[in-house]
Amino acid sequence: MPDRHILRAFDRDLREIQAEIMKMGGLVEEAILESARALAARDPELAEKVRRRDREIDALEARINEEAARVIALRQPAASDLRTLLTVIKIAGNLERIGDYAKNLAKRTAVLVNMPDIEGAPRAIRRMAKEVEQMLKDALDAYMRHDAALAEEVRQRDHEVDQMYNALFRQFLTFMMEDPRSITPCMHLHFIAKNIERMGDHVTNIAEQVIYLVTGELPEESRPKATGFSEEGLTP
Amino acid sequence: MAAKAQAEQAEKADQGDQAQAGEGVKITARGVNVWYGENHAIRDVNVDIDDKTVTAFIGPSGCGKSTFLRCLNRMNDTIEICRVEGRIEMDGQDIYAPEVDPVLLRARVGMVFQKPNPFPKSIYENVAYGPRIHGLAKNRAELDGIVEKSLRRAALWDEVKDRLSAPGTGLSGGQQQRLCIARAIATSPEVLLMDEPASALDPIATAQIEELIDELRAKFAVVIVTHSMQQAARVSQKTAFFHLGELVEYGETGQIFTNPRDPRTESYITGRIG
Repeated sequence: MPDRHILRAFDRDLREIQAEIMKMGGLVEEAILESARALAARDPELAEKVRRRDREIDALEARINEEAARVIALRQPAASDLRTLLTVIKIAGNLERIGDYAKNLAKRTAVLVNMPDIEGAPRAIRRMAKEVEQMLKDALDAYMRHDAALAEEVRQRDHEVDQMYNALFRQFLTFMMEDPRSITPCMHLHFIAKNIERMGDHVTNIAEQVIYLVTGELPEESRPKATGFSEEGLTP
Repeated sequence: MAAKAQAEQAEKADQGDQAQAGEGVKITARGVNVWYGENHAIRDVNVDIDDKTVTAFIGPSGCGKSTFLRCLNRMNDTIEICRVEGRIEMDGQDIYAPEVDPVLLRARVGMVFQKPNPFPKSIYENVAYGPRIHGLAKNRAELDGIVEKSLRRAALWDEVKDRLSAPGTGLSGGQQQRLCIARAIATSPEVLLMDEPASALDPIATAQIEELIDELRAKFAVVIVTHSMQQAARVSQKTAFFHLGELVEYGETGQIFTNPRDPRTESYITGRIG
């Protein structure tokens, strides 16, 4: 299929809106990495920067939604054009949520710098954040390249993030039982880990949107879920 | 509003419960080929047109959609150099069989054209003409009944009931087109073919025609040829995309407009060069 519309202005509209998505994606990737780095380095200033920049992410989402509404109203998109715009809106929504989680991570970091360090936890969290950031990068690449296979791979990788979270959860539980003074920092760290796990879910949503964009259908079969906690009644 | 309520009441009175979309196949076309002299206009088209459903034919100019539409009531018979091959059945009966009278066929398969073309006669006579020549009314009272029913069904009755003897050509464009629809349905056809029925009308008149098409679907199989893809999306349940004389894709309208299977359909409906 030719990739140009007879009406060139339509192509410009679609290009612009997708450029905004990529910009938003870049900011969110940065927020994930920097919030995790701030935590590992106990750097309140970097954490504060992540919190400030979240406003930019929110503003971009609003702009993308407005722009998508305008294109839908003016161009009456159909088929893959319609799917492009629908996915743009959904991806922007998911990116915005991921940005919020990064902001929350930064907020908790500002509190955690005044508390005793929990051995190994910030490093493990940073690894987890890096994994999610890599997934997001691949999901956005898959989006730009219309690569459903890569999107499916990203979707499957969320499993690893879930496992990392589960391991951290057990670890924090052990720390808290051993030393009740660690409860406050461990609870903060647990929420951070949980939020990163949620980021992974939003990246998975983005990957699913890419599959919808390319194939016209959302993937049906559910992803492998391995919590191991639900049986124990320990799922937070 | 009152006009619509009345029309709806009249509908219900003689129609019983509203029919659902997609009640079986009304017209079956198999291996249809059409030539205009040397020009192979339609290439091996196979399609099933559902009853009580609006089917839209879309495609670029010269793709054969109007030609194929005109095969369905043998309008192409009137063109000398036109040759139709293949089989078209309505309710299982071959409409090109020698014993089929094309005039009677066209009473069963009504047609509405792009430009409203009322006869230069009164509004009443425009509608009464068909039923009269086909002997559908025994007396004047019955004919009056058919005229009123047809005008109501075409959502025109309330606008013209006080001036039925005024010339049909004195109506506005949108009213004239609804008059032509009333004329087409006065012979109680089973299928209504519409060739660009709203392309000469303003947006309000177009919306009225589209609303009317949606109502007519309860009673007839409607096949509409349109250049406006948005119109096809708005009024039809099934869409057929024609390109260079071929039926490229045929499916449920929602599917065609969100996720077409053929790249040529995609190119056309998204407005890309194809």
